[in-house]
Amino acid sequence: MKTLLGLMIAGILAQAQVTYERIRHAEREPGNWLTYSGTYSSHRYSRLDQINVQNVSKLRPLWVYQFNALDKAESTPLVVDGVMYVTESPSNVTALDTRTGRAMWSFRREVPKDVRVCCGQVNRGVAILDDQVFVGTVDAHVIALDAKTGSVRWDVTVADYKTGHAITAAPLALKDKIVVGMAGGEFGVRGFLDAYDAKTGKRAWRFWTVPVKGEPGSETWSGESWKNGSAATWVTGSYDPDLNVIYWGTGNPGPDWNGDVRSGDNLYSDCLIALDADTGKLKWYFQFTPHDVWDIDATEIPVLVDGIFREQPRKLVLFANRNAFYYVLDRQTGQFLHAKPYAKQTWATQLDDRGRPIPAPGAQPTETGVTVYPHSAGGTNWYSPSYSPKTNLFYVAARESGAVVYKGEAEYRPGAEYDGGGLRNIPGEPGTGAIRALEPMSGELRWEYPLFSPPWAGMLSTAGGLVFGGCDEGYLFALDAATGKPLWRFQTGGKIISSPISYSTDGRQRVAIAAGHAIYVFGLEE
Amino acid sequence: LSLCGLLAAHMLLMWQAELPTEVPKQNPYTSAAEVQHGKRLFAANCAVCHAPDGTGGRGANLARPRLQRAPDDHALFLVIRQGVPGTEMPPGWWVLNEHEIWQVAAYVRSLGRVAQESVAGNARAGGDLFRTLGCPGCHQTGAVGGRMGPPLTDIGSRRGAAYLRAKVLEPASSLPEEFLQVQIVTRDGWRITGIRLNEDNYSIQVRDLSDQLLSFWKDELTSIERQPGRSPMPSYRERLSDRELDDLVAYLVSLQSD
Repeated sequence: MKTLLGLMIAGILAQAQVTYERIRHAEREPGNWLTYSGTYSSHRYSRLDQINVQNVSKLRPLWVYQFNALDKAESTPLVVDGVMYVTESPSNVTALDTRTGRAMWSFRREVPKDVRVCCGQVNRGVAILDDQVFVGTVDAHVIALDAKTGSVRWDVTVADYKTGHAITAAPLALKDKIVVGMAGGEFGVRGFLDAYDAKTGKRAWRFWTVPVKGEPGSETWSGESWKNGSAATWVTGSYDPDLNVIYWGTGNPGPDWNGDVRSGDNLYSDCLIALDADTGKLKWYFQFTPHDVWDIDATEIPVLVDGIFREQPRKLVLFANRNAFYYVLDRQTGQFLHAKPYAKQTWATQLDDRGRPIPAPGAQPTETGVTVYPHSAGGTNWYSPSYSPKTNLFYVAARESGAVVYKGEAEYRPGAEYDGGGLRNIPGEPGTGAIRALEPMSGELRWEYPLFSPPWAGMLSTAGGLVFGGCDEGYLFALDAATGKPLWRFQTGGKIISSPISYSTDGRQRVAIAAGHAIYVFGLEE
Repeated sequence: LSLCGLLAAHMLLMWQAELPTEVPKQNPYTSAAEVQHGKRLFAANCAVCHAPDGTGGRGANLARPRLQRAPDDHALFLVIRQGVPGTEMPPGWWVLNEHEIWQVAAYVRSLGRVAQESVAGNARAGGDLFRTLGCPGCHQTGAVGGRMGPPLTDIGSRRGAAYLRAKVLEPASSLPEEFLQVQIVTRDGWRITGIRLNEDNYSIQVRDLSDQLLSFWKDELTSIERQPGRSPMPSYRERLSDRELDDLVAYLVSLQSD
């Protein structure tokens, strides 16, 4: 009886609410995956070490959950006390039992037929806080669900989907707020980042990523171009609870490839912005690509690391940018410390000592097209990098490809693509890729693992000395985190366009990833 | 009816309800001016994925006479209007009206298509030559022919006479990507030449010169040589008279899609 009571208490405790304090210290419960990038510092590193360099060859699929959708599966699942919350296209959420892979509930919602999304009706995951699960939708709503039933607690319209606004990123839950980024950078929207009260859905603040005329930064937009300046916020950012600062990447200025209509630096496009988490006020910004004409959004994951940079202990943010440079910034001040290319680039001749690029002559799009590296898909993209404190290496899945970029007409029509050009692949050059391990302070390459084609899958590093990654040809693979030596692989049968996670079920470590149109869960053969 | 059945029926109704009452079988707007306007709309709305010249990138290559999802004008109209569910191709109806969709369709149809030229040779004699030379051993025309080389069923719609003449004389001068020749050597010394069917980090699949479908793990191989400038097809420079070459080219030009 005593044992049964003990088990019951354990069961109840095991399903306690996901408080802010739990997420803040997510590294203390590596059996769960409580926020998009694992922790607020976005290392996408698991402290679990049951699966390790010695035994990873015995990793086997345990169950597969097939989605009810054909669109790309970009979701990072969250795992809380035996339940996995995963999103499916267009904006649906399913709670799965992590033992069996069987669904406990599903939230399915019709979206309008005329939603405008540039790149598929995708969703990258949920946030969880207390007893609610939060999801953004392709028709630009944010919805709070009861974590036990999937029933709607509140449903707020963030913006008008008919003008090209959408939400594809996982929200970020912190304190009593839900931070929500938006997409629409190919539709001439005016970008912003929102925070909502988790209990009521009332908007707490909005930071416009394109300042209105007269505000600081508005001088970086010619004429009325700010009105369609884009700078969307479509990838989940990071948070430093001690500084109470949110770090979030912003997207390309609009129109993408024709900069003639928007002379100037176009703030705050292609920036890392640092915002006060309570007020949404700008603390600092760093612009990676002023006046971008290549569609190289800075919507990648800011990785927060405390390290020794040139013999000084500093709070840093590490950032592998789509523009093919790896950056080290001071996250208290935004000061540029260092950058180094991690993939081929020809758009900048160099960066000056403040990190400002000097554009390469002849790399600007023209009506007849010019060849430039990287491809607009970038040296990397939205999928996650990983930082392992165990190896002290930064892992990025690098894309090696170029494009022929064109400048075209840029006429704004509400709800229509506002691209001002386009691109094509370089004939006979399909591109390649590599998993690259960088020394985090210098960006120096420590090792690389070549990939057949440019990847769309992110990285996970673990205390077991492993890094997991995926490729377009469907393999999930594990490498030795110290050397890059391949140790294990599995053919999932579909492209991997997502980032892996790790958690445990009944004390046994698992690795999970979305691939094709399904979630795969792996564990050691027993 | 199961719930799934009901849902499917509902979806079908919704799909049908959105279609205009009658979509013509053939594009009613195909004048040069309409094509030109379609080109402008294409640049603004489609080029981001399909490239300004329609040769593709993130989206499919449209510069070819046969489009997999749009074999005729009616189907092409519907693809542009409704998008392709489960892909990144969005519905066009919220930015283009019906007239504009037809204009884009007219431009898409104009891509990768060359006007039929009048050429010097005798196409009938060229057809006979095509067979006596053994070309059908590797090339399909209609339902007949081999698989080693690209099918030529509608080659005259896609390629001009000058290009075809150059290819007969110098087959490796430009090769379709899906016909990449590879030479593979296995650890036990087996040497295979074939067309690459698929490849990834760990494996490669080929069809060899005797039409065998083969697959290898890369760790079983000592080398893989990709030969983008090589073709299994011999040059016919020394084997054809000028007249015969004209005839053969005339025959290839006569192979049209419609």
